[in-house]
Amino acid sequence: MLRMIGRRLAAALPGVIGVIVVTFLLNRALPGDPAAYFAGPAATPRAIEEIRVKLGLDKSLPEQFGLYVRDLVRGDLGTSLTTGQPVVADLRARLPASLELTLCGLLLAIAVGVPLGIFAATRPGSWADHIARVLMTMGNSMPVFFSALLLVYVFYYLLGWAPAPLGRLDAFTPPPGSVTGSFLVDSLLMRDGTVFLAAAKQLVLPTATLGLAALAPIARITRAAMLGVLASDYVRTARAGGLAPRTVLYVYALRNALLPVVTALGIVFAFLLGVNVVVEKIYAWPGIGSYALEAVMTSDYAPVQGFVLTMAMIYVALNLLIDILYGVIDPRVRIET
Amino acid sequence: MSAPASGAGFALRQALRHGRHLLAENPLSLVAFVMMVSFLGLALLGQWIVPFDPLASDATAQLQAPSRVHWFGTDQVGRDILSRVVVATRLDLAISASAVVLSFAAGSVAGACAGFYGGWLERITSRVVDTIMAFPLFVLAMGIIVAVGTTLTNIIITIAVINFPSYARMARAEVNVRREAGYVEAARLAGNSPGRILALHVYPNCLPPLIVQASMNMGWAMLSVAGLSFIGLGVRPPTPEWGIMVSEGAAFMISGEWWAAFFPGLALMLAVLTFNLLGDALRDLVDPRRRT
Repeated sequence: MLRMIGRRLAAALPGVIGVIVVTFLLNRALPGDPAAYFAGPAATPRAIEEIRVKLGLDKSLPEQFGLYVRDLVRGDLGTSLTTGQPVVADLRARLPASLELTLCGLLLAIAVGVPLGIFAATRPGSWADHIARVLMTMGNSMPVFFSALLLVYVFYYLLGWAPAPLGRLDAFTPPPGSVTGSFLVDSLLMRDGTVFLAAAKQLVLPTATLGLAALAPIARITRAAMLGVLASDYVRTARAGGLAPRTVLYVYALRNALLPVVTALGIVFAFLLGVNVVVEKIYAWPGIGSYALEAVMTSDYAPVQGFVLTMAMIYVALNLLIDILYGVIDPRVRIET
Repeated sequence: MSAPASGAGFALRQALRHGRHLLAENPLSLVAFVMMVSFLGLALLGQWIVPFDPLASDATAQLQAPSRVHWFGTDQVGRDILSRVVVATRLDLAISASAVVLSFAAGSVAGACAGFYGGWLERITSRVVDTIMAFPLFVLAMGIIVAVGTTLTNIIITIAVINFPSYARMARAEVNVRREAGYVEAARLAGNSPGRILALHVYPNCLPPLIVQASMNMGWAMLSVAGLSFIGLGVRPPTPEWGIMVSEGAAFMISGEWWAAFFPGLALMLAVLTFNLLGDALRDLVDPRRRT
């Protein structure tokens, strides 16, 4: 098992290198002259030249890449012009908000999507199957910003069930002490029910938006995988052997059908990381996506590149986790490697 | 009826009959086809049939609810939303279609060459593909757009870049399967050069699944384009574009003026739905085994 994890780690390395090279190139492809940009509009040519030297822009591209990697290793992603803080500090402060939201959305999508897929697969051709298919097609075609706005309109403006889409907590609730950064977990740790409820209320609509977006692919893949597995010989054998339908479905079929679902989770998660940006904008969620967007508005590039790098690294880490999980679910993978 | 006149004519009739059968079995495909024709019609003729100038603001008619004059209402500066939604069709379809065509061409050729010749070509292609796939694609698109700037060409290229891997991978796999096929051997024995075999025998045979992929990809490309515009990294206002219009109308959703964001969002959703349904129908036609 440990050896397998080691191999997986090694296999993830080219991805990490690729991500670093691409973000470096994006950094250097900034519109205009970065030195002139960082020096500000009133800078003299001399000052620009000094900044060019200071940023290492007078060196050759490979040397610049070396400097870039050195800064990365030191955890230096530059400074945000808007907040005046190091980008790393900003990202660290805002990352928990994004992760809490994305994970809640993913969990919701799994909790609804997998049963829906199973349900549709076990009753092919029935009305339930048709409804599931319509839901999947609609979900695939729904722009996330559109579904988010519809949810806000219906549940905030019309029904008044949801709180205003303005961040992680309403104005009257103080944030819980920071342990993990997740308001839900922190408020539970502090045994503070009111804060927990307030944080959960704010989470409902954005989580529902993300969950709806991720629901369609998860349900679709679960359904297809279940259909394939249910038509296999070993399921027929298990049924012929007189096992209870429940046992066949959940012990024999589901575990095998989960393999493609787990693989697909990686892609769904990457999709959610992108969707997250849009959702954070609509719900004024103080995560790293809205941080990057604020930076875009003021042409502040270091935070955006830091954001892209962070997202890519999270994705690489998640793929690694999925690979390892795959080994846990499917013993064959362990033997092969 | 006389004997089949020509092979091509016979094949066409067969395909038409098969298509009719599929349409009868799945009426949704027919709906999708009609909707696609309507969207194409709007894209071509939209700017001449709209009742108002999509850019003309009217200070006396700001944020008016849908009425007999303004069917979809007016936005915050009094522009007619119906006219803007209709005129935006052309831009949204054109950007997405250009991006899909570009990534289709680049991805299929690179993937096919990689699968056919192998060696360093294959290593480079798969390295590029893996690197792009290491990013959450929408986030990568954001990073590229920020770095290169928001011009129309850049948006098209960026969307093409993030879609490149799916075509390259598929083309490579399809070519790999056919590399040692009987007809390839025959063409080789007949003295065709490898390049000629790839271009005239292998590549055309790989196209059907790739075309299905392209039509499924179209919806996703539209969502990406509109998504980028929505977060301010795409087409610039005041150009009528669905993503921008939803973005501009978003603020009024909280105060109850739903129409400013609703209609452009609905148009986008219907267009994406159309292309997704067409992709499904096309897949059923090309590869009946993969039906769901």
